[in-house]
Amino acid sequence: MSQSKEQWGSRLGIILAVAGSAVGLGNFLRFPGQAAQNGGGACMIPYFCALIFPGIPICCAEWRMGKYGGQFGFNSCPAIFGALGRKSIWRYLGVLGLIVPIIIYMYYVLIESWCMGYAMSYLFGWIDLGDDPNQYAARSVEYFNGFVGANQDGLMLDGRLHISVVVWILVFAVNFFYVFRGLSKGVEKFCTWAMPVMAICAIVVLVRVLTLGTPNPDKPELSVMNGLGYMWNPKPVAGGESWLAALAQPKVWMAAAGQIFFSLSVGFGVIINYASYLRRKDDIVLSGLTASATNEFFEVCLGGLITIPAAFVFLGLAGAEKTGVFSLGFHTLPVVFEYMPGGHFFAFLWFFMLFLAAITSSLSMLQPAIAFLEEALGIGRRGSVALLGFITGLGSLFVIFFSKDLKSLTFLDDTIGTITIVVLAAIQTILFGWVFGVKRGVKFAHEGAEMRLPRFFPFVIKYITPLYLLTMLGLWCWTDLKKYVNQIASDDVIALTFGLVVVVTIFLLVLINIGGRRWKAESKGSLPESEIESGVRPAATEVRP
Amino acid sequence: MTTSGWIFMLASLGFVLVLVGYCFYRVMAKPAAADHMHAPIEIDTQDIGT
Repeated sequence: MSQSKEQWGSRLGIILAVAGSAVGLGNFLRFPGQAAQNGGGACMIPYFCALIFPGIPICCAEWRMGKYGGQFGFNSCPAIFGALGRKSIWRYLGVLGLIVPIIIYMYYVLIESWCMGYAMSYLFGWIDLGDDPNQYAARSVEYFNGFVGANQDGLMLDGRLHISVVVWILVFAVNFFYVFRGLSKGVEKFCTWAMPVMAICAIVVLVRVLTLGTPNPDKPELSVMNGLGYMWNPKPVAGGESWLAALAQPKVWMAAAGQIFFSLSVGFGVIINYASYLRRKDDIVLSGLTASATNEFFEVCLGGLITIPAAFVFLGLAGAEKTGVFSLGFHTLPVVFEYMPGGHFFAFLWFFMLFLAAITSSLSMLQPAIAFLEEALGIGRRGSVALLGFITGLGSLFVIFFSKDLKSLTFLDDTIGTITIVVLAAIQTILFGWVFGVKRGVKFAHEGAEMRLPRFFPFVIKYITPLYLLTMLGLWCWTDLKKYVNQIASDDVIALTFGLVVVVTIFLLVLINIGGRRWKAESKGSLPESEIESGVRPAATEVRP
Repeated sequence: MTTSGWIFMLASLGFVLVLVGYCFYRVMAKPAAADHMHAPIEIDTQDIGT
C-alpha cells in the first residue's frame, strides 16, 4: 500500500472543502422546489428535525469513521470499512463508497459543464431568446435541448465540434488538474477561494431578486413579497386541509429527510475520505458542524430566497411550480433572466456560481477513488489520476452519447444519486452504531474536540438513524422497486446504463479483492487495537510486514 | 406573504445564521489544536549551567 503523506493545510481548509462538497446544484435548484411542494414554510419543521436528528449525527459518524481509518494509514472507504468492521465483508460493502462518487461524477461533470456553458453563453451573448416574450419559454427549452443534445442519441458525438462538448472537455480537465495537484495544493486551495466567490455571486443575485419589487405594474400580484410568500407561507400539500395536516403526512417528512441527506453529501463516501487525512488530535465535532452549517447557509439563506421568488415575480405560479432541477434551472430561469433588468449579467453570475457549486462537489467525488486506487494497486498519484480519468471519461462519454431526453443521466441519478446513497448511509450507521460501537466512537470523537457531542447522540445514531434510513429504503422498495425493474427490462438505453453500473461495480470489487490481499500482506488492517487506542499514528516504518 | 410566512422565514434564516455565525466564531476564535503544541526548542528546562 502506498503511504499517503497528504494532509490538510488548515482547519478552515477542510471545513470549506467539506462544505464545498455538500453545496451543489441541489441547494439552489432542488431545495426550493421541495420546500414549496411540501408545505412551504411548514416543511421547515421536518427539514430541521431531519437536519438535527439523522443528518448531523450521520455526518459526525462519517467524520469519526474517516479519522479513525486514517490512523491506520487508510484513506479509502473499503479499507476504512475493513478496519472498522474487522471482517472482509465490510471491505466489500465499502465498494458503495466508491461507486457513488465515481458514477455520480460521470454525469455530474456533464451538468457542471452545462452551467459553465450557460455562463459563457450569457457572457459572450450566444444565447438569444428573441424579442417576443410569448416565445421565451419555447426558445429556452429549444436552446437547452440543442445545447445538451436532448432531441436524439449520439447528437453530441456526431463528429462536429459542439460547444457543449468542448466545455465538457475543459471542465473535465480542470477537475483532474486540481485533483492531480493533491489535497492541500489542489482541492483545499481551490475551495478556499471558490467558496467565498460563490457566496459573493449568490448574494449579488439575491440582492437583485429582492429589489425587483413589482416589475410589471399591470400585474401587481406578481411581486417579490408574493414570491417569498409562495416559498415560505405554510400551506397544505395537495389534497390536505391545512398546513398542520401537512405535518401529519409521512411523505413530507420523507421528502425533508431526503433533501437533507442529498444536501449534506451523506452517504457519498466523501466525508470519510476527507476526514481520513486529519491528524489524531484534530477536532472533528466543531469542524463537522461548521461544514454542515455552511451548507445550510447556502441552501436556506440563499437558495431559499432566490430561485422560487424570482420565477414567481416574472412567470407567476406557472413558473414557480416548475420545480424539477433541469426544468427550473435550465428552462425557467433563463426566461426569468430575459425579463430581469440587467438579466444577462446576473444570469452569467448565477450560472458561474452554479458552476463553482458543482465543481467544488465534483472535485470531492474524485478524491475517494484516487485514494483507493493508490491504496489498492500501490500506484502513485499520476497513475491513479490517469486510470480514474480513463474510467470516468468513458462513463461520461456514455452519458453524453445517450443524451435523448437525458434518459441515461436521469436513470443514473435515480439509481446512484438517490437510492444508493441511502443504502450507503444505512450501512455506515449500522457499522458505526452496532459493529464499531457508539461508545468507542464517541470517545474517539472527543479526542481533540472543541465541542462535546450532545447526550442524545449515541441513542440517535444507534437506533433512530438506522430505523429512519431502513424505513426510507423499505418505502422505496414498496412503492418503486417494481417500476424500477420494469424500467430496466423495457428500455434498451436504461438497460445499457444499468449494465454500466454493474461493470463498474464488478471492476471495483476485483480491485478491492486485490487491495485486500495487499493490505493483509502488509498487516495494515490487523494492527492491535491497543496501538490505535494509544494515540500512536502508525507510520510507514511502524507497519509490520 | 402572511404573518406565519414571515415567522417561518425569519425563524429559519435566524436559526441558520446564528448556527453558522456561532460555528465560524468558534473556529476562528480558537487556533487549531496543533497550533497549541510547542516545539521542544521552546521548552526551557532551566538546567543550563548545572
